[in-house]
Amino acid sequence: MGLKAIYKYGSPPNFYRFVTRLEPWCLYFGLLLILIGSAGGLFLAPKDYQMGDAFRIIYFHVPSAYLSMSAYAAMGFASIIGIVWRSNVAFSVAKSIAPFGALMTTIALLTGMLWGKPMWGTAWVWDARLTSEFILLLLYLGYITLHASIREQKKADRSASLVAILGIINLPIIHYSVVWWNTLHQASTISKLDSPSIVGEMLWPLLVMIIGYMFFFVAVICRASSAEVLKREKRSSWVKAI
Amino acid sequence: MLPRHKRFIGILATLIGVAVAVSLILASFQDNLLYYVTPSEAIENIEDDQSKFRVGGLVEVGSFKRSEGSLKSRFILTDGFESIEVNYTGILPDLFREGQGIIVTGSFNKMKVFIASEVLAKHDENYMPPDIHPMNESSS
Repeated sequence: MGLKAIYKYGSPPNFYRFVTRLEPWCLYFGLLLILIGSAGGLFLAPKDYQMGDAFRIIYFHVPSAYLSMSAYAAMGFASIIGIVWRSNVAFSVAKSIAPFGALMTTIALLTGMLWGKPMWGTAWVWDARLTSEFILLLLYLGYITLHASIREQKKADRSASLVAILGIINLPIIHYSVVWWNTLHQASTISKLDSPSIVGEMLWPLLVMIIGYMFFFVAVICRASSAEVLKREKRSSWVKAI
Repeated sequence: MLPRHKRFIGILATLIGVAVAVSLILASFQDNLLYYVTPSEAIENIEDDQSKFRVGGLVEVGSFKRSEGSLKSRFILTDGFESIEVNYTGILPDLFREGQGIIVTGSFNKMKVFIASEVLAKHDENYMPPDIHPMNESSS
């Protein structure tokens, strides 16, 4: 199944054409969903029984935390493809995900601190969830720094990919940290399948926001990775033809 | 075997190896990774040292008392099996209520009263408007 796709879109000109065509759709659809989700979350959803209006930061905290992890999964996956298939395109994708992922992680941490200060009574504790999410930020920064510090492109790609791949182990730790250990952070609300922990009027803007963030993420990666591919292929004839 | 199969197996083996190592490390540090212990566990180790630790539980309904004109407060913290008496001087977080899950930092004094230096509120994963919640507006 996917192998043919890897060969087809692994060729830089095909990849470039595909992502530049995909980008605007994802961008506008994503922004539209974010707009709808924000309006729904900030104005239409009812107040929480305990936290009042303060709970509304969930509409930014959860999507960015979710994206910080799925972006990392995508970066790790692209790195594996890059190493196994020696694919320059896959390395470009992995490299362009890192800054966005680091940004999402930072937003998740900051909105969490803003939320924690009034509700928990503290902005930061070193419990398992907060610590593992902080390690995720360090992994992104490690990837970015390592890649930037090695001058030779291929070596930089391979060494940084190793960080990306090994860091995948942190993802289940973040996700299950609230189950495996006692944490100040509460357990998951939406990723469990039994009785819903959030009423429908509060839930739909959250889901819309998450999907909106995802499309926005894909759009950003399309833009960033197409630029990266152009830079790497600047001497080839197909780039000169553009 | 193609070189790329070798590379794939190499990655897989490395990942599995590191994952096993990490899980062994996490398992052996299990106790240190717990952010708090329950009142039952706290009582079990009551004769231990005087260093500070954290206890998490529910504030027993009807147990909260505040002395007039000061920030001193007293309440019972319970996990449904055991309960401990907590004394705390200071400002309580917004979500502090009877029946609420909280985490206190401190240690036991000689009277086996837990003297807390910090109180954090732990909120659960449930979100709902006030008119749906069964015990809406419990006082703090």
